[in-house]
Amino acid sequence: MKIFGHKIPFTALIGLVIIAANAFIAIFGAWISPFDPTDMIGDSWADADADHWLGLDNLGRDILSRLIDGARLSIGLALMITLLSFSIGIMAGFTAAVAGKWVDIILSRIVDLLLSLPTLIFAFVVLSVLGTDIPVLVITLAILDSTRVFRLSRSVAVNINALDFVEAAKLRGEGLWWIIRKEILPNAVPPLVAEFGLRFSFAFLFIAALSFLGIGVQPPDADWGSMVRDYRDMISLDGMQPLYPAAAIAILTIGINFVVDWILAVHSNSTTTEP
Amino acid sequence: MFKLISQRLALGFLTLFAASVLIFSGTEVLPGDLASAILQNNATPENLAALRSQLGLDRPAPVRYVEWLSNTVHGDLGVSLANEWDVAEEVVPRLKNTLFLATYAAVIAVPLAVILGILAAISQGSLFDRFVNGFTLLTISVPEYFLAYLLVKYLAVHHFWFPSLANVTPDTPFFSRLYLLFLPMLTLLLVTLAHMMRMTRASVLAIMSNPYIEMAYLKGLPKWKIVVRHALPNALAPIISVIVLNLAYLIVGVVVVETVFVYPGLGQLLVDSVSKHDVPVVQACGLIFASTFILLNLTADVLGILSNPRLRMPR
Repeated sequence: MKIFGHKIPFTALIGLVIIAANAFIAIFGAWISPFDPTDMIGDSWADADADHWLGLDNLGRDILSRLIDGARLSIGLALMITLLSFSIGIMAGFTAAVAGKWVDIILSRIVDLLLSLPTLIFAFVVLSVLGTDIPVLVITLAILDSTRVFRLSRSVAVNINALDFVEAAKLRGEGLWWIIRKEILPNAVPPLVAEFGLRFSFAFLFIAALSFLGIGVQPPDADWGSMVRDYRDMISLDGMQPLYPAAAIAILTIGINFVVDWILAVHSNSTTTEP
Repeated sequence: MFKLISQRLALGFLTLFAASVLIFSGTEVLPGDLASAILQNNATPENLAALRSQLGLDRPAPVRYVEWLSNTVHGDLGVSLANEWDVAEEVVPRLKNTLFLATYAAVIAVPLAVILGILAAISQGSLFDRFVNGFTLLTISVPEYFLAYLLVKYLAVHHFWFPSLANVTPDTPFFSRLYLLFLPMLTLLLVTLAHMMRMTRASVLAIMSNPYIEMAYLKGLPKWKIVVRHALPNALAPIISVIVLNLAYLIVGVVVVETVFVYPGLGQLLVDSVSKHDVPVVQACGLIFASTFILLNLTADVLGILSNPRLRMPR
């Protein structure tokens, strides 16, 4: 099978299927979910049967429906964080590369400092003061994550900025914003796409970990991380319950990694074969 | 080389200082301060003002920063807001527990990763190589708690081989401590092993394509000797750097593993304090974690310079 003239390896195909399935569930979850995820429809921790494929949870809610419902929050939040961190990171990175001089120096030093700190720990410090509302979570994680996007987009843009067509645009008298949008961005897309996948899976795992630790998504909302937390006591009674949401997290991450590996491989091949 | 290392050390201490400023100002610049964090819903303007002057929050921030930093380096970490305990007394035994777990995992993971990485590089493309590669790709991708609960389910609940809770006390003897901590250690081992092993393999393989390796082949040296004598010393710098980075990850990544196994470590304290808005404890733990992380990164850079002959003898 081929897409855009590249042969797709088997693992990347699996990855694409996983991502498509997750996106479908996140968007159309409310229509395909067999029960209302907040309805208490039976005994707590009831076993799986023909109607309730994964059983019921601590409050007697259908676990499968809750998993489907949790996809929206888990994936949606990670997507929001990644989009925001990319907007900040790319803007700052390209500006630093094109404007150069002291703008570059100041931005780069700030980013170096943030990168030298463990992200999780710094997120803790911020969340302990600001509390764990969803907008706070999204903005904090997006800013922390945008440092890595800044690094990549700056180094990509520095290379493009040195090329003749950018020089020509500058001589024509085009402004900073025009050069970033029309000359730099289109040429920086391939490496940034792979980075988008990596950053998304990082944000996805990060928000799930915070929810698992009890300082991410708060009840009554539930994402997959907080579901692992809610169900974790069942593991000592030999229950499968906490493994379902945890497996959902693991599967999507593996799928994304497969696709990213493939994009990176295609990209490095196409750049090495070009003269 | 001396100049390079001293530059790097100076930069490291500058980072350490900046990190302390960031952690302090993280609780400072942001809207909502310590007083409103304590009072939560009871925050009337009079209450807030009273508590602020009681906590000394009405003095200028730089003054309080200097005071906080000098107290901290003298071992006085302040008083917890939640239970008014001395933070230092609570932090020190927990720090020991966390370091014990991290060391336990590192002592097994590092040699294992290097040996597996070299074996995979020697037998590149073989069944063993492909198996190790696939397995480590899986352990990199899945979250720690998934691995941890899988291990608990199959090694602690199905078979009563290992305990599922790491409830150690200060007087738990050394060997029962090792036994109690086996599953947390195994989780950390699986998570960090993969990165270190893949990096070892990739670094050795990158060196193996050099002309002097081909020369060694043409001399008729056996393959293991080429790898150990010629490839490994040159691949040392990236291997050391990824090992130290993973040790830094071990210290920080224990947060999740400690929560899963209810292990009384520093990470668990940090998580509890974040949900309780216990800012002095968060500051103290945050500073400890951040300095460990920065110091380990610094060590990686210095060892990288020391192990690289080209950097050791600058032209």
